[in-house]
Amino acid sequence: MKQDAARSLRAFAAELAIYAVLVTGYFFLVLHVLGNWLYQLETQHRVPYAVVAILLIAGQAVVLDAVTTVLFRLLRRPWR
Amino acid sequence: MFFPISNSHINPVYLVVVGFVIGILGGFFGVGGSFIAGPALRLMGVDWNYAVGTDLAHIVGKSIVAARKHRTLGNVDLKLGMIMALGTIAGAEGGAQLIQALKRAGNVNSVVSWVAIVVYLGISIFMFWESYATLRLHKGRSRRTVSDVKVVESKADHSAFGPVTKKIQRMKIWPMISLPTSGIQISLWIILVVAVVGGFFSGFLGGGAGYIRMPSMVYVLGVPTHLAVGTDLFEIVISASYGTFTHAIKGNVDILIALVMHTGAVIGAQIGVVATQYFAGPKIRLAFVPLPLIGAAIVIYTLVTGHKF
Repeated sequence: MKQDAARSLRAFAAELAIYAVLVTGYFFLVLHVLGNWLYQLETQHRVPYAVVAILLIAGQAVVLDAVTTVLFRLLRRPWR
Repeated sequence: MFFPISNSHINPVYLVVVGFVIGILGGFFGVGGSFIAGPALRLMGVDWNYAVGTDLAHIVGKSIVAARKHRTLGNVDLKLGMIMALGTIAGAEGGAQLIQALKRAGNVNSVVSWVAIVVYLGISIFMFWESYATLRLHKGRSRRTVSDVKVVESKADHSAFGPVTKKIQRMKIWPMISLPTSGIQISLWIILVVAVVGGFFSGFLGGGAGYIRMPSMVYVLGVPTHLAVGTDLFEIVISASYGTFTHAIKGNVDILIALVMHTGAVIGAQIGVVATQYFAGPKIRLAFVPLPLIGAAIVIYTLVTGHKF
């Protein structure tokens, strides 16, 4: 049982590490590609900005979580 | 790092660390963490309006991650969360209207501060008494130490306030709602009252008001603590999205700051969620006690020194 707990903890840590890399990459991508556009949008078109803001933050949460899960499954497969 | 939307310079590492801490608290206790995030952003010179709006935006993302994780662990009652979201939004509007009325009367700061102190202290004292009494009551009953059994048993919930909760559940006010996930049957009106009160304090005191909603779900509705945490987070996703949208339209959201905070918050939230699996309900509630106290301490500090975070 202790081995099972250690294994699931390792799996959780690995998944978290992949997620951390993706989340950080996502932020820099948004900053680099959309930084100026977001600034312009915020000053000139508030309603689209509000929608984009929610989509960006939800995207970071949902999409990256799903990508992490898929990546993690793919990475685990060769070890089995 | 310069954030042009809010016109502020903030070290991104600071934002990630703040997000991480709030993420752990959010995942573990089901709170938004605005009582830390708001002052933390103010400390870096971000204007109050941006601090409030940006904080809400990052709460949306963090709560999505934490609620999804809680759902995979069976800790989210979707039906209850959807009903409560309606009441929360209505209550938040009421709280915001009262703030506007107090603004016009010219005594908004003192009234909000004193209400916040009373509410925060009240929650802390009550939860300390209840969780401590529950732990004493059930001491010795769950002294099995095998690790796997401990994890399974930890979801079983007891409360010294249980008899009062049972009386509330027995109030047959039509329509009665059955919540199989939470294992309770209760009047729709009682759920709505809890949601409206939580929403009211969210609009009145700011943030997601998880510090009121989570204990209310446990003590008034009788929802097990783990489910209350998960369902509260699900409900926060809806209410904080609404808040983010309205604040963004008013020009109060710096999405780039929110995204940096979010990088730390989502990691912390996942750790917080997994940690709940290793603690029984009363222990989670006892650990919750210092959170409203921190909020009260911040308000008392601002009252005494006149310094606004």
